[in-house]
Amino acid sequence: AARMFLRLLSDIQWRAAHPKWRRMTSSQRSTSTTAEPHPVSLPAQAQVVICGGGIVGTSVAYHLSKMGLKDIVLLEQGRLAAGTTRFCAGIVSTARPVSIELKMAHYSNKLYQQLEQETGVQTGYMKTGSISLAQTQDRLISLKRIASSLNVMGIPCEIISPKEVLQFHPLINIHDLVGAMYVPEDALVSSANVSLALATAASRNGVQIHERTCVSHVTIQKGRVTGVETDRGRIQCEYFVNCAGQWAYELGHSGEEPVHIPLHACEHFYLLTHPLKEPLSSSLPTIVDPDGRIYIRNWQGGILSGGFEKNPKPLFTEGRNQLEIQNLQEDWDHFGPLLGALLRRMPGLEALQIMQLVNCPESFTPDMRCIMGESPTARGYFVLAGMNSAGISYGGGAGKYLAEWIVNGYPSENVWPLDLKRFGTLQSSRTFLRHRVMEVMPLMCDLKVPRWDFQTGRQLRTSPLYDRLDAQGARWMEKHGFERVKYFVPPGSDLLDLDHSKTFYKPDWFDIVGSEVKCCKEAVCVIDMSSFTKFEISSTGDQALESLQYLFSNDLDVPVGHVVHTGMLNEKGGYENDCSIARLSKRSFFMISPTDQQVHCWTWLKNRLPDDSNLVMEDVTWKYTALNLIGPRAVDVLSELSYAPMTAEHFPSLFCKEMSVGYANGIRVMSITHTGEPGFVLYIPIEYALHVYNEVMNMGQKYGIRNAGYYALRSLRIEKFFAFWGQDLDAFTTPMECGREFQVKLDKGMEFLGQEALWEQKQNGVYKRFTMFILEDHDTDMDLWPWWGEPIFRNGRYVGKTTSSAYSYTLERHVCLGFVHHFDEKTGEELVVTTDFINQGEYEIDIAGQRFQAKAKLYPFSSLFTQRRRKDEVELSGYQRE
Amino acid sequence: FYLTPSQVNSILKANEYSFKVPEFDGKNVSSVLGFDSNQLPANAPIEDRRSAATCLQTRGMLLGVFDGHAGCACAQAVSERLFYYIAVSLLPHETLLEIENAVESGRALLPILQWHKHPNDYFSKEASKLYFNSLRTYWQELIDLNSGETTDVREALINAFKRLDNDISLEAQVGDPNSFLNYLVLRVAFSGATACVAHVDGIDLHVANTGDSRAMLGVQEEDGSWSAVNLSYDHNAQNEREVERVKMEHPKSEEKSLVKQDRLLGLLMPFRAFGDVKFKWSIELQKRVVESGPDQLNDNEYTKFIPPNYYTPPYLTAEPEVIHHKLRPQDKFLVLATDGLWETMHRQDVARIVGEYLTGVHHQQPIAVGGYKVTLGQMHGLLTERRARISSVFEDQNAATHLIRHAVGNNEFGSVDHERLSKMLSLPEELARMYRDDITIIVVQFNSHVIGAYQNEE
Repeated sequence: AARMFLRLLSDIQWRAAHPKWRRMTSSQRSTSTTAEPHPVSLPAQAQVVICGGGIVGTSVAYHLSKMGLKDIVLLEQGRLAAGTTRFCAGIVSTARPVSIELKMAHYSNKLYQQLEQETGVQTGYMKTGSISLAQTQDRLISLKRIASSLNVMGIPCEIISPKEVLQFHPLINIHDLVGAMYVPEDALVSSANVSLALATAASRNGVQIHERTCVSHVTIQKGRVTGVETDRGRIQCEYFVNCAGQWAYELGHSGEEPVHIPLHACEHFYLLTHPLKEPLSSSLPTIVDPDGRIYIRNWQGGILSGGFEKNPKPLFTEGRNQLEIQNLQEDWDHFGPLLGALLRRMPGLEALQIMQLVNCPESFTPDMRCIMGESPTARGYFVLAGMNSAGISYGGGAGKYLAEWIVNGYPSENVWPLDLKRFGTLQSSRTFLRHRVMEVMPLMCDLKVPRWDFQTGRQLRTSPLYDRLDAQGARWMEKHGFERVKYFVPPGSDLLDLDHSKTFYKPDWFDIVGSEVKCCKEAVCVIDMSSFTKFEISSTGDQALESLQYLFSNDLDVPVGHVVHTGMLNEKGGYENDCSIARLSKRSFFMISPTDQQVHCWTWLKNRLPDDSNLVMEDVTWKYTALNLIGPRAVDVLSELSYAPMTAEHFPSLFCKEMSVGYANGIRVMSITHTGEPGFVLYIPIEYALHVYNEVMNMGQKYGIRNAGYYALRSLRIEKFFAFWGQDLDAFTTPMECGREFQVKLDKGMEFLGQEALWEQKQNGVYKRFTMFILEDHDTDMDLWPWWGEPIFRNGRYVGKTTSSAYSYTLERHVCLGFVHHFDEKTGEELVVTTDFINQGEYEIDIAGQRFQAKAKLYPFSSLFTQRRRKDEVELSGYQRE
Repeated sequence: FYLTPSQVNSILKANEYSFKVPEFDGKNVSSVLGFDSNQLPANAPIEDRRSAATCLQTRGMLLGVFDGHAGCACAQAVSERLFYYIAVSLLPHETLLEIENAVESGRALLPILQWHKHPNDYFSKEASKLYFNSLRTYWQELIDLNSGETTDVREALINAFKRLDNDISLEAQVGDPNSFLNYLVLRVAFSGATACVAHVDGIDLHVANTGDSRAMLGVQEEDGSWSAVNLSYDHNAQNEREVERVKMEHPKSEEKSLVKQDRLLGLLMPFRAFGDVKFKWSIELQKRVVESGPDQLNDNEYTKFIPPNYYTPPYLTAEPEVIHHKLRPQDKFLVLATDGLWETMHRQDVARIVGEYLTGVHHQQPIAVGGYKVTLGQMHGLLTERRARISSVFEDQNAATHLIRHAVGNNEFGSVDHERLSKMLSLPEELARMYRDDITIIVVQFNSHVIGAYQNEE
């Protein structure tokens, strides 16, 4: 039975399945720019059809063919590399704040470097280096943070003074600079030629490339891709890859069953000039001036300079079918501020003659990260698009990860931050996308500070209590379209406005959250947690239990009314999801997962549950409002409201019961709080939400009840060493690596997903270990605050990165959570991480280049758990993400 | 103490009004696209008035500015009544008969005018019956006089002006049993108002002017620059022909006393005006009316005061000078404004500022480098200049507001200086009048396409 869930093995068989595949000779193809009208007819079938012949599509084709796939067809509606790729500025820059993006860019750089040698196609690759300038101290901090993470990856990078900038680039005006970051290995390429080189290599490896072929739609049957319809006929295929760039959204919506790919195009402008009197050297480094919102590179003796203006011009909102991007209108008035920034940065260029202002649409996504992965609704439908104007930097690496995904079933890195399934249909409204990309594009240059929330596309999903909470001073953040409270501003106190509250230091809400935490510790707080994903799985017989026992690592065959914390693991034992499951009855289960799991978890289960009409899974997220009552007095409030004893003897920890609260019946009460504090979560049918909230608040008054938000929750859970999925846990982390062996029942008497991998880890040990760090010499008021992604040093050597951090109001110290590896001192090889290895080290955390001493702990402070119950029942789970 | 830019804006925009001629089937067949108007008070209350209306029984549109003096009563009355007199003067005999019959038999009247009014532009309810009766008497006379000829616009305008002034005078002499109305008609007659009225019908533009308000045509030359064409003559001491006229109408013995200190009889700035019966009636008539009038009038030093050297009245007339202009495609707009504007701005500047505003709003040409040799520095300079122009333009959605902003806030370099603007607008009531006059502006925008089509027909 287990094998039916593994698509991996069957996928390996494809080569044998198509042995008589006829390859075209490369002379028959048309990858050149000469207009050869369709020399070869389309094949009737292929294993993979890629739509889009830009940098992304050709990179996917290149990597798929490298991995041995032969039966690949690439379709391009116009000519190869004639879309955004042709107009792209050709800058390969590795200075990226998100780790997976950094890895992609690093790989792309290495790939392009050897591409000319590999293919014979001139790519114009030139290692010029790049310099990112800082006009403010805050900007310098953010550059230092990036420099730290580049350095630990082995990418050369240094922070330099303004005077040193002048040595690298004589034209720069440095009087307003406070510093800069120099990345010597960044490069310039001719993007169209890189794309052609990838295509050439791919076609040598057997990929068929057809230009001037338009995909009209993709056919999907029974949730699987079956083929594509083009203007030149139909191709049957197993896999389809949508690399259509800014047309990806439209293409996704062209079929009967839409695939939602949330991206939107914006106009992007850059300037080309004639050569200087003394032509600029082609080895001059690229300048990025984020505070001026511009980049400047050398270009044929002159310069190429563009930027990301504050008032972007979104286009094609209504959609438009055009083959290639014709030169859109130049808009000098729009470019004016960027031109001003350019002349401020390089005043010597005043007399330089303009050649052209290029208008090149770029596609942007709702969260500034690209979109990769398989459609949640159509198996075999893959997407790689939405490059947020970094297509060249990401193209190579992204193509590699997607190829691995198609061939192996999963990529070799954690790409969840880029996964298409982080979005649902709710992000696919054109109005939403238009508004959001207008915020995202300027963000390319804006300072990226901790706890930034998007301001557009808000108030889409809200709890029924939204207005009530808002009136009480709630400040909101958004997760997966759902509004969640950060904290409550008490009446009379005034916080900074949004722009001024940006900081890398102690934030202005520090004391507010502190008092919410105190209330959670001493009295009782209410947090609206309605955004969590909630599924119900039930069956007529034992199907639900049997299926879930296979899909989850903990033992779910518990008495009715028990709540189980468990991982939803993949074959390698990594967390695909981390959830709490309540057994409502013998045959039905109630499952709670993080907010942004709504699409991913649904797809994962749907693809793996047996196709049985007697087994029903329902998404009930919208049906329940969740109120989390945290604190020692929660028990008093609830027992007074329900006339039922709620003490541990009657209502033990990790227990679930339907009961009445106030006048409302059918409230699912669970004795979990996601924080390790005592308390309950109430799952309330939404029509009772306001009633129950009012009752709780009225009754709670005498116990000192107050509202609280997610920031308090986060502080509470991090000080108790609770990992949460998406932040600390991902598909490459197993329960063994984060001290959660007790949530894995290897001997539960039946096979489950990931079991083999976990057995192996149990026997051989783990190669990384989730560790808690208490910062020792860190001044909360004066020093930079940790965030996540800070390098961890053990005895002066890099061992890993933090994944989350918070100030613990109880310990009065900062707590960072992160993974410690053990790299062999000579070979760099990863070794087993033992408890002794962790305990016998001196640790430091690097925050923007400054190292702070930290104490490592593998277990939480037991003193933090005010109410000790049965030791193994202590709740050890939390999955809120900030 | 300074006003913030938004405070300045709220002051400047308080009285702005815009009217767009409605389109039918997506086409505007009128030669007028629409108009913008605005007022900025210096007197409290403001003594300027404005009117705009579309003639419903004949073709054409009427627009006028009225500058009152010695109070606002006369300007108010003229702004309410003059267009009816003009419209009636233009009506064909049959329509007049139809209207009269309707009144006679108590049926609903054909509407004559469609007003385009700002909420602050009010009509006096109390006097409407009185005004209506006077108007009816006028059309009854026109019916009796039926000449059978088609009505000439110039003549109609002149007749209407003269007739209204005559009615104002008569109403004051006759009085009214209602004491409020009695006082009102006297105040109207004893105060004065100039009038500058435009009638636009197709490509025929008539401007009738009485006094020192002014009408000016904005013309766009082939090279895109702007020039001004006067469509009215000021009736004041600076106009030699006007001085000559006044002198011709009175004995040589009075030559020296007629115009003193650039004023009529040393008192009145405009040489033609409505009302101002003190310059029109005989001394006996003035005395009789004042004495029999209400106490308020009797106590008023101004009304009792007889101008010096007052021998051969009338010294003042409301008869307008009418200028007829055939509109051409290059005639882009018409500015009607009271002397408050013209005191501070040269008409050439007015033409340029409005011209650039209107074209800036509608078609700021995008820049294209094309094959030209442009340096980054040149482009930067050009863009900065365009941005400055746009930002000052986009503050205003109304050409008249834009013009007032310049009139009040311009510095020596001809650009709006916020500090100056703020000072001028925050002057206390009693000081404001010393630095500036009431300003009333109407900017009419013409439809070049329609005008071009008319021209081709002819």
